[in-house]
Amino acid sequence: MLKIEDLRVNYGGIEAVKGISIDVPEKEIVTLIGANGAGKSTTLRTVAGLVKPASGRISFFDEDITALPSHSIVAKGITMVPEGRRVFPDLTVLENLKMGAYLRKDSLKDDIQWVYDLFPRLKERSWQLAGTLSGGEQQMLAVGRALMSRPKLMMMDEPSLGLAPIIVRGIFEIIKEINRQGVTILLIEQNANIALHTANTAYVLETGRLTMKGIGKELLNNEAVKKAYLG
Amino acid sequence: MENKKTQNITTVVGIVFLLLLVIVLEQIISPTSTMAMLLTVTKKSAIYAVVAVSMNLLNGFTGLFSLGQAGFMLMGAYTYAIFTIPRAERDAVYYYYDQAMELSFPEVFGNALGSVGFLLGVLLAIILGGLVAAAVAYVIGFPVLRLKSDYLAIATLGFAEIIRALFQWTKLGPITNGANPLKNYVRLNSFKIEMGDTTIGLSTFTTLLFATICIGIMVMLINSSYGRAFKAIREDEVAAEAMGINLYKHKQIAFCISCFFAGVGGAMLAMFANTVQANNFKSNMTFEILLIVVLGGIGSVSGSCIGAVLFVFAAEWWLRGLDSGKWLFINAPGVLRNGFRLVVFSVGIMIVILFFRRGIMGDKELPYYAKRIRDRFIINKPKAGEKENG
Repeated sequence: MLKIEDLRVNYGGIEAVKGISIDVPEKEIVTLIGANGAGKSTTLRTVAGLVKPASGRISFFDEDITALPSHSIVAKGITMVPEGRRVFPDLTVLENLKMGAYLRKDSLKDDIQWVYDLFPRLKERSWQLAGTLSGGEQQMLAVGRALMSRPKLMMMDEPSLGLAPIIVRGIFEIIKEINRQGVTILLIEQNANIALHTANTAYVLETGRLTMKGIGKELLNNEAVKKAYLG
Repeated sequence: MENKKTQNITTVVGIVFLLLLVIVLEQIISPTSTMAMLLTVTKKSAIYAVVAVSMNLLNGFTGLFSLGQAGFMLMGAYTYAIFTIPRAERDAVYYYYDQAMELSFPEVFGNALGSVGFLLGVLLAIILGGLVAAAVAYVIGFPVLRLKSDYLAIATLGFAEIIRALFQWTKLGPITNGANPLKNYVRLNSFKIEMGDTTIGLSTFTTLLFATICIGIMVMLINSSYGRAFKAIREDEVAAEAMGINLYKHKQIAFCISCFFAGVGGAMLAMFANTVQANNFKSNMTFEILLIVVLGGIGSVSGSCIGAVLFVFAAEWWLRGLDSGKWLFINAPGVLRNGFRLVVFSVGIMIVILFFRRGIMGDKELPYYAKRIRDRFIINKPKAGEKENG
């Protein structure tokens, strides 16, 4: 459904992404792993329309979406859970969820219920300010907020960042559950172990170039990946 | 939800009560008594509250630090005055210039529809004042809104100064009367009902009513999904963008609406004062409004209203006695006269800021505190239960 072809992005004066091509098939979980500064986040931000590419083409359901403004991209059904959660700290949990559905004009009742079913914790904290939630809860809220736009593709930037391992496992269980319910997921992670366990397809990115592509579980046994990312 | 409904009803009842109280007070207090000052400062604080809330909408809710308020008020005030000076008075006002404008809304509508038309004409002139300010805001928004924080403040401040200079330009004299004041337009004291011998003055009531309507509209905007988007932009621009909020468009909307109400506030200030002169709308005025917003609490509408009342009442009334030597029934010694008022005022502001770091109301609204006080004093049974458990 999402096709990235020969994408090049300049970011802060350097070429952060040097011609990568990625294919995200519908209803799958695709992951992009790599070290710091490999260009993972930049790729995601370019798809979301937050950064403009230097060249290359991004298409979604065969429609060219390269360099569209971010609000048009959200309207087309691509949403992003930004790195470091970035919930709105002085808005309540419920308000945060409503923000996620900002471009929708229809009733939100069912979707709010859907998010509350996925994350019962959020329902308990519905009236609390998002800034007072714990890190794990904020990550749940960030995911829930992204789901409120009823996305076809959800892109997640480092959902495990700064969270305890047990919480990370919980978050990834929910990512799988969301995927089972029909949302395609493009995930970037530094925690290669859990990402490769979760994903159908995985790409390895090194300093702006793709160096490997494979089925998630197979890459887990790949010697080079083991050496570089799994330790 | 139930709670919210009662809250809204309480607010409406409170406002209606206040408006009725003002009507009564206006009839009781004679213009010559010392208490007449109460009505004057009420009017002025209502007008300042409108402008303060409009500034809060931009600075507190959208996170755009703009200091152009005085410039937009000036445009509102001039537009209002220009379109309400009666034709017969024009020659006396535009003494040095051949006036280019002959249109007076209250006169035109008044001739056609009587007193209703007069009111309609005044309203139209006020709204036009706001629209002019908003239109100019829209245009300067293109370059200015690409700036962030301090730079935006500097740009808007500079813009307000340019506007002030522009309105005094002699080439524009036929419209703006150059550096000379505009006067003889429709003022607040025109709002009264005359029945035979008795006159029911409604100037304070009208000001308060206009202010209530303006602030009410802004509150509705803040509580709408647009308001939520504004707050999202304030909290985190990147995340807001990722939610599909068109940053630039929403900043532009917030800027235009804020300036619209600044213009309306300016028009009301013109009605309050006897003359309109560009020299009165200096950056000083912007800082007064900013002071009110900070004092009341950035991001709190009721805070801005309370701040406006405290500021105007203290500056114009409560501390005035110091100048004449009498204050709080004390005969002040000579040292305390002539300007000492400003010292007391500044110390007062410092004390408030020391004790209320985030302004009097913080970013909460009045009902929040009402609820907290009620919880503390009335419902203390669950608290006793808690102690048993703990």
